[in-house]
Amino acid sequence: MKKAAVICLLITGNILSCTGLCAQGKLDSLQHLHEVGISARRQVEIIAPQQLDGKELERLNSHSVADAIRYFSGVQLKDYGGIGGLKTVNIRGMGTNHTGVFYDGIQLGNAQNGQIDLGKFSLDNMEEIALYNGQKSEILQPARDYGTSGSVYLKSRRPKFTEDEKYHLQATMKCGSFGLANPSILWEQKITRRTSSLFNAEYTYATGKYKFRYRRTQPDGSVAYDTTATRENGDIKALRLEGGFFGTSERGEWNAKLYYYDSERGIPGPILNNVWRHGERQWDRDFFAQGHYRSNFGKRYRLLINGKYAYDYTEYLRDDYRELYIHNHYRQHECYLSAAQQITLFSWWDVSLSTDFQWNTLNADLRDFPFPTRYTEMAAIATTMQWERVQIQGSLLGTFIQESVRNKQKASAASPNKNELSPAAFVSFRPLEHHDLQLRAFCKKSFRMPTFNDLYYTDIGNKYLKPEYTVQYDGGFLFRKNRTHGAFRHFELQGDGYYNVVTNKIVAYPTGQQFRWTMLNLGRVEIRGCDLAAQAGVLWGKVGLNVRVCYTFQRAQDCTDPADRYYKDQIPYIPRHSGSALLSAEWKGWNFNYSFIYTGERYSSSENSRLTRLQPWYTSDFSANYSFSVKKVKCRATGEVNNLFNQHYDVVANYPMPGINFKVILRIEI
Amino acid sequence: MKRILFPLLLLCLSAVTSCRHEELILYSDTYETTTPQYTSVAGFYLLNEGNMGTNSSTLDYFDATTGEYHKNIYAETNPTVIKELGDVGNDLQIYGSRLYAVINCSHKVEVMRAADASYIGKIDLPNCRYIRFHEGYAYVSSYVAPVRIDPHAPKGCVFKIDTATLQVVDTVTVGYQPEEMEIRFGKLYVANSGGYRVPDYDNTVSVIDLATFREIKKIEVAINLHRLKGDRYGYLYVSSRGDYYDTHSKLYVIDARTDRLVDSLDIAVSNMCIDGDSAYVYSTEWNWTTAQNTVTYGIIDLKERRIVNRSFITDGTDAEIKIPYGIAVNPITKEIYVTDAKNYVVSGTLYCFSPEGKRLWKVPAGNIPAHFAFKGEYRIEHTYTN
Repeated sequence: MKKAAVICLLITGNILSCTGLCAQGKLDSLQHLHEVGISARRQVEIIAPQQLDGKELERLNSHSVADAIRYFSGVQLKDYGGIGGLKTVNIRGMGTNHTGVFYDGIQLGNAQNGQIDLGKFSLDNMEEIALYNGQKSEILQPARDYGTSGSVYLKSRRPKFTEDEKYHLQATMKCGSFGLANPSILWEQKITRRTSSLFNAEYTYATGKYKFRYRRTQPDGSVAYDTTATRENGDIKALRLEGGFFGTSERGEWNAKLYYYDSERGIPGPILNNVWRHGERQWDRDFFAQGHYRSNFGKRYRLLINGKYAYDYTEYLRDDYRELYIHNHYRQHECYLSAAQQITLFSWWDVSLSTDFQWNTLNADLRDFPFPTRYTEMAAIATTMQWERVQIQGSLLGTFIQESVRNKQKASAASPNKNELSPAAFVSFRPLEHHDLQLRAFCKKSFRMPTFNDLYYTDIGNKYLKPEYTVQYDGGFLFRKNRTHGAFRHFELQGDGYYNVVTNKIVAYPTGQQFRWTMLNLGRVEIRGCDLAAQAGVLWGKVGLNVRVCYTFQRAQDCTDPADRYYKDQIPYIPRHSGSALLSAEWKGWNFNYSFIYTGERYSSSENSRLTRLQPWYTSDFSANYSFSVKKVKCRATGEVNNLFNQHYDVVANYPMPGINFKVILRIEI
Repeated sequence: MKRILFPLLLLCLSAVTSCRHEELILYSDTYETTTPQYTSVAGFYLLNEGNMGTNSSTLDYFDATTGEYHKNIYAETNPTVIKELGDVGNDLQIYGSRLYAVINCSHKVEVMRAADASYIGKIDLPNCRYIRFHEGYAYVSSYVAPVRIDPHAPKGCVFKIDTATLQVVDTVTVGYQPEEMEIRFGKLYVANSGGYRVPDYDNTVSVIDLATFREIKKIEVAINLHRLKGDRYGYLYVSSRGDYYDTHSKLYVIDARTDRLVDSLDIAVSNMCIDGDSAYVYSTEWNWTTAQNTVTYGIIDLKERRIVNRSFITDGTDAEIKIPYGIAVNPITKEIYVTDAKNYVVSGTLYCFSPEGKRLWKVPAGNIPAHFAFKGEYRIEHTYTN
């Protein structure tokens, strides 16, 4: 009942007090409040996200955010293999470009190609990863948050201190297969009672070499060929520096962050007949500075301000004498400012207005490059109504885009202005008084802008491209049960069925001349799917058991043109069946984890035939860790075995994945 | 709670019923096309290019004596070749008893028995494009010469290969990114495109004396040259692709006796095939206002050197063909073969037309069906004397 009272208090509008309280609490209460914070926020969510946080993330045998995301249902990861390989995420079959990735509350942009490489984001400092279908159902959020079809929110670690703590120091060293050496340090300092700072540095070095195997057999079972080779040119050197200041006040909170990422990597390329190595290399330098301020004014008005400047530099070099020499440099700038305000009209009714402005440019040393600039203004109005059993959210986002180009040669004039409306409606209903069962539904119309590459890439880009639209319909349920006694302590079951339509899909279309393509709004994809996720926590004496199981079914069909041979075929790289399981057991200082990932058969091309069929794959990972203390120093040692059964598979055709591999992690904390 | 959890786990596990199994080599499909023909053309091989980076170049065989079309025969015939035929098949020729396939992005020429396409050997050549033969030697054009003066804009070359040993015996540097070749009067002609040097395209045809294997002349023609085919009168027809903007595709004529540019025809050419006195051509040009490809077909009378027919497909099948790609004419029956590459990422179609332009049959082919090599005892007669 006490908990319920806290929850009610929080629902009426003040989540912030939680963070405020945290700073004052003791260690025990901090733990407690943390839990309350989460469950309270879940109450506010009309559609609960799938999330992995704190301990769960630590337990995963994952290197990057990309690896962790595979444990969510409804998500497909495109992985080109290795530590440095490109990893992009596709939510519910709508395409990578419809997925928004938010880092500490602000979207990561890539106006050039719209893809965020999640392999670049380390789990080392990640506190929480959450996946939202549709949108986050908070309404005090930037307009941009209403603009994606599905979103991944990455929340990095922020300092939390008990009364008598002054600082935290943490050092981690990971070593393992692929010649991996991955040290990191974290320093959190309490400055005043309400302000603190954080500094985090991580260096990743890997040769990226691993054995892969291709094997084919004859129908009679005899071996046709069986070859094992080493993946070359997959090395990476990357440095990540992150720092920030965090503060809370009676009324709100703020933070300011700097992020820098500098890497050099080889691009291993596809394995082809007679070609076992490629020479492409890529350098990335990403920098961003972002600030966040949130405050309450009185009991009814809340304000949220976000700002960001980002600079991304990419250098691409192909210096293979056998192929066309390419050496290009791309520079992107982004400025972003957002203000969101929320007014509580009644205890059950909130309204908000968010206004964003964003500026993007891309410079590239490509021939006849037009140097585009994009101005985006966004305004969103949203409302939530919350009663005992029913919660409703509605939002309407207007997006207004203007573009200009500096170089007006040849076909490279600016793309026409675009004005788009994206409405969304969410509802959740709790039919039972004594059970935590929620029924939920949403529908949302959204779009993605053609990227700068789609519009302006020399000879390929098409400035007349229209946005690509998605319409989503979703219905689902959530059932939760928590108990304070007995073996079964926690149980949660979520399920959703959905129907998505992607129209005006931007596809590459051949212009007849050899190797010449252009981008057209040609495609239509219909996706019918269901996601199921279950979690359970069991306590047997001193043994704690956690189980998490996900299953995804997706029928994603190309419905572009009935005259096509591949009409109604499954779109490339989307399996019909996929799933994952996570099992962990805790006993005293020991922790054992087993994870399993299954991806069913897929096709590498829009035409589904046995020539383009890719085998299902499934990997088992196992890890064990032991936590202990030496005086005041907390230590944790972890051993991991990934791909335990040494399965050789391709996620993307001709990009072989590593077989069995190992990792050792040592972490000390003061 | 157990009652809910375990059925759920079972449900999830049952979804995971589709497991991995041993990956089989890709075996062929056979399609019935037409009634058997007994001519000196026993059939033809068709090389499917495969989209770049997908390692999906495949080989098909049409057996005229049975009327059967065998799709994707390479892996089945040569199961031990690792990763099959390779990436981007760019040319296919039969010389003597052997079948040669130039696999561009696998940087090799695959040598097979013409009888059954079984593997004999391979010649590693960087970025190789086309192959021609003369007196026991194979000549392969390549985008990169072994000697690189400017490493960032390498000139192309022609490799000379002894077909008995499959060894490179000589090399000659030509222009930038050389494409098709033809041999006339002891000379090798190479169309230089300069496709890597956009917008500074090459505009020459290199003339190589086969006795000394040295470049003896460069004939200036037009930018971005691609196709080069000789007729039976000693003339060469060279296509310019234009720059895809203001300069359009055009066809030029070179007299191989004098090595001079003698004529030009105002016709766009994407690909062509010469048979007797006729050149069968088609072109695809992109139209920005309709956002569609405009496809035109035509026949050029080589004797008169004029366009005599704007369509060799007469039954309306051309409306079905999205992107015509490969073209060939049966030297005996004069049937016309045209392939449709569709959108380059799915499998294409092979069409067979009667000499009158009526569709006789069609079969599904591989990804980007493109290059033909006729098998048999037939001979092509030339009226010029070497």
